[in-house]
Amino acid sequence: MQKKPSSLVLSRSTGLIFLAPALLFIALFLFFPLVWVLIISFTDTTLTGPAAANPSFVGISNYTGLFDFSRWMRLGNFGNALRNTIIFVLGSAILGQVPLGLAIALAFHRRKGLLREIVFSLATIAWILPGVAVAFAWIAFLDRDFGTFNALLALLGLPKIDWYFDYPLLAIIIFNIWRGTAFSMLLFSAALGNIPPSYWETADVIGASSWQRFRDIIFPLIRSNLFTALILVTLWTFNVFTPYLITGGGPLYRSETVPIYTYRVAFKFFEFGKGAAIAVVMMTINFILASFYLLMQRRRVG
Amino acid sequence: MRGLRKYAFKFFWGVFVLFIMGFFLLPLLWLVTAPFDAKATLRVAIPSKFTFANFQAIFRNTFAVRALFLNSIVIAGGTMLGVTLFATLAAYALARLNIRGRDILAYLLVLFSSVVQGTAAMVPIFLLLFHLKLIDTYPGVIFVLIGGLLPTGIFLMRDFVAGIPKSYEESALVSGARPWQVLRDVLLPVLRPGMMVLAVWSFVQAWGDFLISLIVMRSPAKMPAPIAIYSFYTEGGTPVLTLVSAYSLIYALPVVFLYLFVNWRYGFRFFGGIKGGGR
Repeated sequence: MQKKPSSLVLSRSTGLIFLAPALLFIALFLFFPLVWVLIISFTDTTLTGPAAANPSFVGISNYTGLFDFSRWMRLGNFGNALRNTIIFVLGSAILGQVPLGLAIALAFHRRKGLLREIVFSLATIAWILPGVAVAFAWIAFLDRDFGTFNALLALLGLPKIDWYFDYPLLAIIIFNIWRGTAFSMLLFSAALGNIPPSYWETADVIGASSWQRFRDIIFPLIRSNLFTALILVTLWTFNVFTPYLITGGGPLYRSETVPIYTYRVAFKFFEFGKGAAIAVVMMTINFILASFYLLMQRRRVG
Repeated sequence: MRGLRKYAFKFFWGVFVLFIMGFFLLPLLWLVTAPFDAKATLRVAIPSKFTFANFQAIFRNTFAVRALFLNSIVIAGGTMLGVTLFATLAAYALARLNIRGRDILAYLLVLFSSVVQGTAAMVPIFLLLFHLKLIDTYPGVIFVLIGGLLPTGIFLMRDFVAGIPKSYEESALVSGARPWQVLRDVLLPVLRPGMMVLAVWSFVQAWGDFLISLIVMRSPAKMPAPIAIYSFYTEGGTPVLTLVSAYSLIYALPVVFLYLFVNWRYGFRFFGGIKGGGR
């Protein structure tokens, strides 16, 4: 049987030439660092000093240092950063951005008009503005003495809250919900828009309640999107660095997440070996999370 | 009973929408009021002494102007060109070649880049650039940004190319056009909207980047805006709010304009593509 060429315009060799630059960049700046970080994590590499020129192999001591359970939960150590990150991801991604994004998409489903345009634009702008600019805006927003939030509380006769001193982790969780909800909102909004209108007409005819519609029509059809949102938002939130611009991980490391901890170890103290070990642990957790979601996603669909 | 429920639903809907609008709008107000206030604090208030002096002060600061109008534009512009060109080529090839499992592959690559890009790869990327002698150079920052953004860029563009029927190119070829003519006269016009979105997206990503420049750039003359802003601090380490807010506003405005442009021209929304590899 004669095999039909896949395309008249694009021969296989031309196609590979088209792919080459992208593959080169991805190989050099994504795959190579992944392999190298693993190697560095078993050495005592530093930026300066004798270990910079020829680092020596130190086995797993960088890892055992991280998991020294007698003191790892102390403020400023790895356990503390990991605990903060888990709370941060759970609060701002899984219980925050994804449900809120779905709620907004549902609230404006099959609606058009100015109100929708305003809400979607505001959320999207919060998502795409430069991190440094929104960080200053949030430093002002939650400020104890002058912040808009406390001014609103005062209007209601409630006492002031010193967010960045008393609840720094909660503050960056709320910030991150504000920052990233737009992605889930846009994703669910597109998914809901793809549901054929005839489904709604049928639901109208049989007089289905809102809950029935959600359970029997919406949820099964957007389940795959839900997992995609959970995967991507979880990974992004795990790795996000913007909270550093607001709290710097403080006060006293109480809002220090793993990326901030990595940055501090690797680029404040220039302990590259230890920083690499943290990165490896972090990526391992990310890969486990991603595989878990992917398995769940495939099983439900299949 | 039904009527009552309908009103209750309307009421809660209204409360929810009002809450959401407040939540997304209120934190941004300070960026709009403080820059015009001669005595800006962290309070949001209609400026008692309305002024443009904060902006004038910034434009007199050559370091800050250079960071914004040269360094940030070079970095974001270079990244934009690289991502748009390479992602379009790759996405087109992926859509037209028969490679088995390419959909899953493209999706896994996006996940992979989400894990590796950012803080996890900081150490090896720093050492890589160090050995390539690219520390403290524009290409150093630009290349890292391109590498990190390409998987998602290809993913976005692939969806767009998949919507263009092959018959476009085939009929042009049958009628005797040369391949490069097909590329220029047939493909480029239909790919342009997708490339525009890709360009805006990658520009905005690179424009907002803080971490990679922080690690790679060393000399003040090459610092982009998000790092230069930290020069508006007093000796005691507190930000000079008049300057910080004004600089933040100038730095943020291009992103707002680009958003408004894309939203007006194409509608800012996701198309069906982001479903994931699950089906």
